[in-house]
Amino acid sequence: MHYLPNIVFVIALIIGIGYFAKNVKKLVRNIKLGHDVDVSDNTSQRWKNMAMIALGQTKMMHRPISGFLHIVVYVGFVIINIEVLEIIIDGIFGTHRIFSAIGKPYGVLIGAFEILALLVFASVIIFWIRRNVIKLKRFWKSEMTTWPKSDANIILYFEMVLMTLFLVMNATDVHFQDMNSGNVISQFIAPWFGSLSESTLHVIERTAWWLHILGILAFLNYLYFSKHLHILLAFPNTYYGSLKPQGQFNNLEAVTKEVRLMMDPNVDPFAVPAEGSETNVPAKFGASDVQDLNWVQLLNAYTCTECGRCTSECPANQTGKKLSPRKIMMDTRDRLEEVGKNIDLNKGIFKDDGKQLLDNYITREELWACTSCNACVEACPVSINPLSIIMDMRRYLVMEQSAAPAELNNMMNNIENNGAPWPYNQMDRLNWKNE
Amino acid sequence: MSELLNVPTMAEFMAQGKQPEVLFWVGCAGSFDDRAKKITKAFVKLLNKAKVEFAVLGTEESCTGDPAKRAGNEFLFQMQAVTNIEVLNAYEIKKIVTACPHCFNTIKNEYPGLGGNYEVMHHTQFLKALLDEGRLTIEGGQFKGKRITFHDPCYLGRANNVYEAPRNLIRKLEAELVEMKNCKRTGLCCGAGGAQMFKEAEKGNKEVNIERTEQALEVKPEIIAAGCPFCNTMMTDGVKSKDKEGDVAIMDIAELIANAQDL
Ligand code: SF4
Ligand code: SF4
Repeated sequence: MHYLPNIVFVIALIIGIGYFAKNVKKLVRNIKLGHDVDVSDNTSQRWKNMAMIALGQTKMMHRPISGFLHIVVYVGFVIINIEVLEIIIDGIFGTHRIFSAIGKPYGVLIGAFEILALLVFASVIIFWIRRNVIKLKRFWKSEMTTWPKSDANIILYFEMVLMTLFLVMNATDVHFQDMNSGNVISQFIAPWFGSLSESTLHVIERTAWWLHILGILAFLNYLYFSKHLHILLAFPNTYYGSLKPQGQFNNLEAVTKEVRLMMDPNVDPFAVPAEGSETNVPAKFGASDVQDLNWVQLLNAYTCTECGRCTSECPANQTGKKLSPRKIMMDTRDRLEEVGKNIDLNKGIFKDDGKQLLDNYITREELWACTSCNACVEACPVSINPLSIIMDMRRYLVMEQSAAPAELNNMMNNIENNGAPWPYNQMDRLNWKNE
Repeated sequence: MSELLNVPTMAEFMAQGKQPEVLFWVGCAGSFDDRAKKITKAFVKLLNKAKVEFAVLGTEESCTGDPAKRAGNEFLFQMQAVTNIEVLNAYEIKKIVTACPHCFNTIKNEYPGLGGNYEVMHHTQFLKALLDEGRLTIEGGQFKGKRITFHDPCYLGRANNVYEAPRNLIRKLEAELVEMKNCKRTGLCCGAGGAQMFKEAEKGNKEVNIERTEQALEVKPEIIAAGCPFCNTMMTDGVKSKDKEGDVAIMDIAELIANAQDL
């Protein structure tokens, strides 16, 4: 019976981490539904981007208030989690504050954790106020339906509770308070429990301890279902983010092959292609569903933290059009999840569900409203590129469905026939010289 | 006055067995649009003044394919690109300058993958280089002390990180450069990009160019400087719809410099 808590703890740990691992596997599988894209170039620049943008949070500081608060929560969260290591060891071996054996530095460490916990708590409160009381516009756009709004708040409550539990756990730890080193904040909380007997305090301390670790495990498992996944995926996402100038859109290789064939007088159009030479040609041009996107775009979708910085900078959205780059990312993730569930239900094989990303999630009206200005790409603090998805879907509409707006078809006909988007004769191109 | 323009073509250079220093890629707007043609001529005047040996392709130039690509027609884009690259490579072009950020972006970034490798400069970068080399002088003239705001073209600014060349040129005019609340990396689009120039906007509550014009008018400029023929059109329309065309002029950087010297 003596080992019961240890056993319960280990079981909780295994379930918590096991379920998380299972979801990570699913996540990786879903991302791999996208087709391949070469991101093996320039690894040193990629590491640098990850260090600067994800670790260093440089882009967050473009909005100084939320940027600063976010850094507090981020640093606090990462550092306080060192404490989790101690909790796990204590839990498994039935020890108590095993790291306190290191003496004085332990007090310094816990003292730092306590200060950070308080700062995190305060920042989270401000975040909550910005969302729910001040109602910042970007948190109340139309794609922020009930679930995305609750999701954001749930995370804030989670962090408030975890920080509170951490401080209460320290405040009610008689032994720790007696040490009187590191209890920078909790010494002021301890008096609130002053009238209680030592054994009651012990019960409260144990309860807080258990709830704290169980809360962390729950939080870990909540990530997969939440926009909060960015705390993990921001790192790979900034690593794999594009290194090219933002204005450079990829040239579709499959199209290049066809264009070369058409333009090359030496190619026999009736020749049978060599065996296996066409294997890399995608079945269709552009994207109408998530499987037509590449895996970096799908990683983007899971990384999106729904902060709406992209949407608030988008000229189309600012002028009342339906387009919202954040919605493009949210839709992509939702559809990808739907496809993933479909695969789970059908023993690993996707069964056509009569739906797709185009029309069922993202409408044509949204796609055609984009000016390709890159404001969204520039604004995103974690290197997401909503524009690339918009472009791939336009490509599908134009090349697979010939479904461009009529005016654009006119423009393209002009280019094809006159070499200019307007109906002028190519032979008149130099007339300006003499006008 | 137009007789003064010296605009040799690549074919003429070729016939003389010579290579120009740089190819001036005029672009569709610069060739056909009445407003943009003025920018083209202003830039040519500056090239002539600085004695730059340049050439144009003339009737051998064709659309870069940018609007087709942004509209989603990758096929048409690549057809245009490959055709243009054939011409450019046949003339052994090494260096290209253009007054259109869309042409600039496409040739600089998207042609290399299709076999077209050139050094590509936007005309503001080129003029800045001429200035630094002492081949061109800039004086304030009529623009001295004028309040000028610069509208960043998306395909020059964010797309290619060129923010300073146009601003340096404006400062050289001894003008007062004022910035809009959205500028440089957060510059607001004029509404023309992504092939929007060629279609009606989707339903909304405002046109993008009106929003941008309002931002510009907020800083009370006498001149809105542009570096793109499409932005120029959008901002001109915006200012007109605000009945401000009497008070605020929209001018390309090349026009500012040429006019300052009464070219
Ligand atoms: S690129 Fe398109 S979606 Fe992104 S900000 Fe510009 S208009 Fe909006
Ligand atoms: S794409 Fe980036 S900027 Fe837009 S909501 Fe997602 S995380 Fe925020």
